[in-house]
Amino acid sequence: MQVTGAQAVMMTLDALGIDTVFGYPGGAILPAYDPLIDAGFQHILVRHEQGAIHMAEGYAQATGRVGVCIVTSGPAATNLVTGLADAMMDSVPVLAITGQVALSAIGSDAFQEADVTGITMPITKHNELVNSVERIPEALKEAYHIAKSGRPGPVLVDLPKDLLQQSFEWAWDETVDLPGYKPTVRGHSKMVREALGLIAQAKQPVVYAGGGLVRADAGEELCRFARLLNVPVVTTLMARGVFPDTDPLSAGMPGMHGHYTGIRALQEADLLITLGARFDDRVTGRPDGFAPNAQVIHVDVDPAEIGKNRAVDVPIVGDVKVVLSQFLALLDDKDAKGELDAFIPDTAAWRTHLDNYKEVHPLRFDQQHDGPLKPQHAIEEVYRTFGDDAVYVAGVGQHQMWAAQHIPYTRGRQWINSGGLGTMGFAVPAAIGVKAGVGPDVSVIAIDGDGCFQMTFQEIATAVQHNLPVVFCVINNGYLGMVRQWQRLFYDNRLSQVALPQGLPDLMKIADAYGIPGFRATTSDEAALVLDKAKTITDRPVLIEFMVDPDELVFPMVPSGGTNDEVIESAEEWFERTAALAAAGQEQA
Amino acid sequence: MNTHRHVLSVLVENRPGVLTRVASMFARRNYNIHSLAVGPTEDERVSRLTVVVGAEAVQLEQIIKQLNKLVHVLKIIELDTEATVQREMQLVKVTTTPQTRSQVIDVVEVFRANVIDVDHDSLIVEAAGSPEKLEALLNMLLPYGVREIVRSGTIALSRGNRSITDGSKLRMRSVV
Repeated sequence: MQVTGAQAVMMTLDALGIDTVFGYPGGAILPAYDPLIDAGFQHILVRHEQGAIHMAEGYAQATGRVGVCIVTSGPAATNLVTGLADAMMDSVPVLAITGQVALSAIGSDAFQEADVTGITMPITKHNELVNSVERIPEALKEAYHIAKSGRPGPVLVDLPKDLLQQSFEWAWDETVDLPGYKPTVRGHSKMVREALGLIAQAKQPVVYAGGGLVRADAGEELCRFARLLNVPVVTTLMARGVFPDTDPLSAGMPGMHGHYTGIRALQEADLLITLGARFDDRVTGRPDGFAPNAQVIHVDVDPAEIGKNRAVDVPIVGDVKVVLSQFLALLDDKDAKGELDAFIPDTAAWRTHLDNYKEVHPLRFDQQHDGPLKPQHAIEEVYRTFGDDAVYVAGVGQHQMWAAQHIPYTRGRQWINSGGLGTMGFAVPAAIGVKAGVGPDVSVIAIDGDGCFQMTFQEIATAVQHNLPVVFCVINNGYLGMVRQWQRLFYDNRLSQVALPQGLPDLMKIADAYGIPGFRATTSDEAALVLDKAKTITDRPVLIEFMVDPDELVFPMVPSGGTNDEVIESAEEWFERTAALAAAGQEQA
Repeated sequence: MNTHRHVLSVLVENRPGVLTRVASMFARRNYNIHSLAVGPTEDERVSRLTVVVGAEAVQLEQIIKQLNKLVHVLKIIELDTEATVQREMQLVKVTTTPQTRSQVIDVVEVFRANVIDVDHDSLIVEAAGSPEKLEALLNMLLPYGVREIVRSGTIALSRGNRSITDGSKLRMRSVV
């Protein structure tokens, strides 16, 4: 059968089982938008290409399937850059298809020409400028395979316009042959046995659970593993929920703004069972002071992560879900022989110690009934309203940290955010992508800041047009809160370019302009009231604005450049400490 | 930092942009390339890069792992410098006068190099060898006046009958 390159794109996407594509048409990709009318997938028309790729990311993170976006050449393709970098950092499987000027025009500075494979080489797992029409199905199939296998990531396929218009004899073959790409799936069995030996002898072991567990859908295996061995678990920002916060073994989140218990559990551990995590600087603090007494087992599908930031005692390269199954199979085998007890470490004292931390060092904030609305309270109210069944999507900044801290997550893919790149503006489009992925029965709640929201809120039009009823919650403190927090703590409270006055713009008018219900809450009573109202609206997007106390800071906090031995739990403690340090400095002088 | 010279042989798919992928990876991860040479192999679908890097042990491991993540990279081995033949090529345009021409040619012969072009007041010397030998030759030629030089990156093969493709499963599709 003779088909055009453009038809081949659609047929390939259909053959790969793609059900949703986020995109925006334009010059070079125009030939593809004609057969797209008859394609088997739904196309969601965004308002900005950055929106398309964040939606693809949200879709992918919520469903585990590859998120697909399609845009034209030049400025459209460069608008994908932020999202590609974001997907690269957070290992999100995304297939980005870009139009390109005709092969014959490449290099001539043609209209809307940009060297997109060159620009995106460092921020994609792989990319390709397709150079013949016959190669189109193969290139897309390979890109899809690379995006979702091994350590997932974004792959970009650049399609010159003339190839989309040429015809060729359609041929489809499911197999992929990439001689240079063979991710390791199974862990080395000797290393797996060695790891279990190390765990058996540990007194203070911790599972350091990272986002790789979410990508691998390894939550069930993780729960069995931790409960069988009685090992406490910390879940990083990227892993929130993959081990339930409600489980007694959960020590919460580690890192710069983690829970006290989570931070200290890693720091005091004698063994880190690292699963799909990467010793990110926001988790470790100063690396030479991180978990000084711990041996390290490190399981990761990407061999380059092992030994990158921290020396490792037992390295295991493999898919974390498969490796956990190997652990469990070995333990089941021991159990059948009546030898399981020898493999279960005695963690009773350690768990008691951590339980004590949880009791003595909870998250602290004080919502006075008639006082200003606290952002933490607003977020807890959002959770109280929409509950455990909802998916929560955050932007980047203070609201993100509070949403990570204050909501008890119970499963992977329930919490979606931009962790590695820290992309402001992520929440609105990502939440729309999540909604497109999870369908009408699951509530999707975007928890955004006022700074983030103003970067991408134009996508509300997309949500309305395509009937994707997301609940957009804006935690409005009238500032770039996290930047302000750093200026307050590290720059002597000299505020520089952080004020975004509340009311500019009037978000209720924004809601009105998009034809969606808007609610504003300035007190805790109002917060409860508007949330109850918003909950009844399920057929349209909703915008809720919480006018919160701008003076609230995110704590706990491990000071930048410090170690996890210095966990500051409140602003009062911070300023006492700073004053004491200053006094000590003066005495010395 | 204690950095050592390491020689990596890298087999890559012979595709557009593959050299850029390798070079870009080195640049963005702040690795130090001393030299890079690329050329065809006995299999037209495969190119061979010889990369000389300065790195301490942990960084070298990262370099190899990061290279391996590039989809078009097929195989990497670090060559043991003791058991490896390494060569660079150098062309030097030397100023000559009727008085110095024969002296220059004497130097060239001592180093087992070749004169490949002669003009009235200059000649071009071609030499292949270890970096040390080429340095020594250049030092001998400098007093006569060196107009320009060009030098290739290192290329290297391990000694003996072993080959980089031994035991590897390079299953390439028949039509690329």
